[in-house]
Amino acid sequence: MTLLRRGSEGQAPPPGPALRSGARREAGFSLTRVWAVLIKEFKQLTRDRLTYAMILALPVIQLLLFGYAINSEPRHLPTAVLVQEDSVFARSILSSLRNSAYFDLVAQARSPAELDALIRRGEVQFAITIPGDFTRRVARGDKAQILVEADATDPSATGPAVAALAALPTQALVGDLKGALAPRVQARPAFEVVVHRRYNPEAVTAYNIVPGLLGVILSMTLVMMTSLSVTRETERGTMESLLATPVEPIEVMIGKLAPYVLVGVAQTVIILAIAKLLFQVPMLGGWLGLALGISLFIVGSLALGFLISTAAQSQLQAMQMSFFYILPSILLSGFMFPFRGMPGWAQALGEVIPVTHFLRVVRGALLKGQGLEDMWRELAALLAFVCVVTALAMARYRRTLD
Amino acid sequence: MTLAIDVHGLNKSFGDKHVVQDFSIQVEPGRICGFLGPNGSGKTTTLRMLCGLLTPDSGEGTCLGLDIIGEAGAIKRQTGYMTQKFSLYEDLTLEENLMFSARVHDLDRRKDRVAHALERLGLIERRSQLAGTLSGGWKQRLALATATLHEPKLLLLDEPTAGVDPKARRTFWDEIHALSAEGLTVLVSTHYMDEAERCHEIAYIAYGRLIARGTAEQVIGRSNLVTFNGEGQGIDRLSAELAKRPGVEMAAPFGASLHVSGADRTALEAAIAPYRRAPYRWTEVEPTLEDVFIQLMEGSEDNFR
Repeated sequence: MTLLRRGSEGQAPPPGPALRSGARREAGFSLTRVWAVLIKEFKQLTRDRLTYAMILALPVIQLLLFGYAINSEPRHLPTAVLVQEDSVFARSILSSLRNSAYFDLVAQARSPAELDALIRRGEVQFAITIPGDFTRRVARGDKAQILVEADATDPSATGPAVAALAALPTQALVGDLKGALAPRVQARPAFEVVVHRRYNPEAVTAYNIVPGLLGVILSMTLVMMTSLSVTRETERGTMESLLATPVEPIEVMIGKLAPYVLVGVAQTVIILAIAKLLFQVPMLGGWLGLALGISLFIVGSLALGFLISTAAQSQLQAMQMSFFYILPSILLSGFMFPFRGMPGWAQALGEVIPVTHFLRVVRGALLKGQGLEDMWRELAALLAFVCVVTALAMARYRRTLD
Repeated sequence: MTLAIDVHGLNKSFGDKHVVQDFSIQVEPGRICGFLGPNGSGKTTTLRMLCGLLTPDSGEGTCLGLDIIGEAGAIKRQTGYMTQKFSLYEDLTLEENLMFSARVHDLDRRKDRVAHALERLGLIERRSQLAGTLSGGWKQRLALATATLHEPKLLLLDEPTAGVDPKARRTFWDEIHALSAEGLTVLVSTHYMDEAERCHEIAYIAYGRLIARGTAEQVIGRSNLVTFNGEGQGIDRLSAELAKRPGVEMAAPFGASLHVSGADRTALEAAIAPYRRAPYRWTEVEPTLEDVFIQLMEGSEDNFR
């Protein structure tokens, strides 16, 4: 309907002949038309602030992470020592280890059992034993040994440090072997270093990567899939109808997430089966802890996806936000690069990422046979993650359109 | 008798936009109340406040005797709401959509109810079809069936027939009247004048304020609008010219004829006097609802510019 009203200035007059017959090129390539599309595209790009921020932030974040956080030759690895004799030689060896920059002596164990617990729980990367008869054997030239046990679940974390140990026998005691003991320097090394690569003696990378993949795959699929769940309803307009029904937020959340729990369980079974059948990943036990860890991790990932879902304006944004979570989960969790190879700030950041704790649970259970008493800290961290994220998601889910 | 809707002084702002201002309305049970007004006048916002989807900034009132702020949950259980945009799950079948609604409302005899609704719609053979594949008219009828599955006492419809063909609209309105005959109170927003005339009563809202209220005849009668219908070769071309003359509030071509309206009879007659010549013929006519609404729209202050 054409409508003309008195005093309506907004209405343009009907175009006169002059306007109608303006010069207009109809055929061929038109730069103006390219310009039209280009301007429109650019304006739309800048209007989606999140995408814009992402385009600019992504290279910066990637550069910082790859440049600073990732280090394929980890140094300052936490090391526990069990010194069974208090001697000059023992002290020299310890100071030599310290000077190598690969080993940070963080604990003095009082018994072999204590030393064993430290490495099993993953509190230290290395456990070094200097036996009680060490000085006597060095003096007699009788196969003096020190034992270095490495937590080799991640072979790349221990490799360079173990290589550095080769120089220890020839250098550590140089200053101490004087007088009657001086000939020991020339002959052959005064003692030998016995290295036990525990939990993964053959340094099979797959033993470390495959259990780690469980964490990465679960977060990738579950966080992404659920992050779309609420935004999809908002985008399609079904959210308004849903909100007009008596359904409560917690009912929506449980109902929406439950199907994905099944997805998560199915993925877990597939990954573990392949790990066992194709890669022969050791599965030493810790089944209860593993089951708890997987359950907490699945629920936490889903709740996180739901939380993202309540914050994102569109499905595209939800995907982008998920990506921002998944990228550090892969890089900073200890999945791809040794956790202890990262600088302090990156480790602190990594500790906040649930995947980090989940990887420790999975690797601990499968490769080390950790029991609940060894992994309760990681499980507690996962539980905290579930609680915080669920509470945030519930608080953010609106039962109105306000 | 409790009023189905009884709200006073509702206000709602989004940012600095005062979308609904001091809105009050009373609707008796079993009535079909048409909700009219220009785009952006706050119709959708008002409907959303009535069913608890939005919280009013201020104001109070009841729906079905329940407090709209404190008892929104109870209102939701007894209210059916049909959104402006098709909001069923396009990737679920008709039956699955209805079943979802039945479960969400915790209904008993769900299978029977769903089957009955499909039968009433005449869609029983197509129940396994995805909702997204329905045509516009059918989609709206399905949405109506879904919104009424739990036998609500109040039905809020937000432009339910936008973009729907006349025949489907008529069927849709027959269903609304049937529901109303069963005692359901209906508040329906629309831009179609023929639909407004099918309502028991209408409420005209412009720029967040209630401007006119009553039956269609009452609203026309109270408008004091004088309308002349002009006929004759080429008269529709005169609308721009006539609209500029003092006393003419609106000049709108209707096909080959022209409606010219104004509140001041003398001024209006003076305005068309120069055109009272062949080939034009002028007759005074009863203003239509549309004439009245356009006048109302013009007269109300537009705070969105």
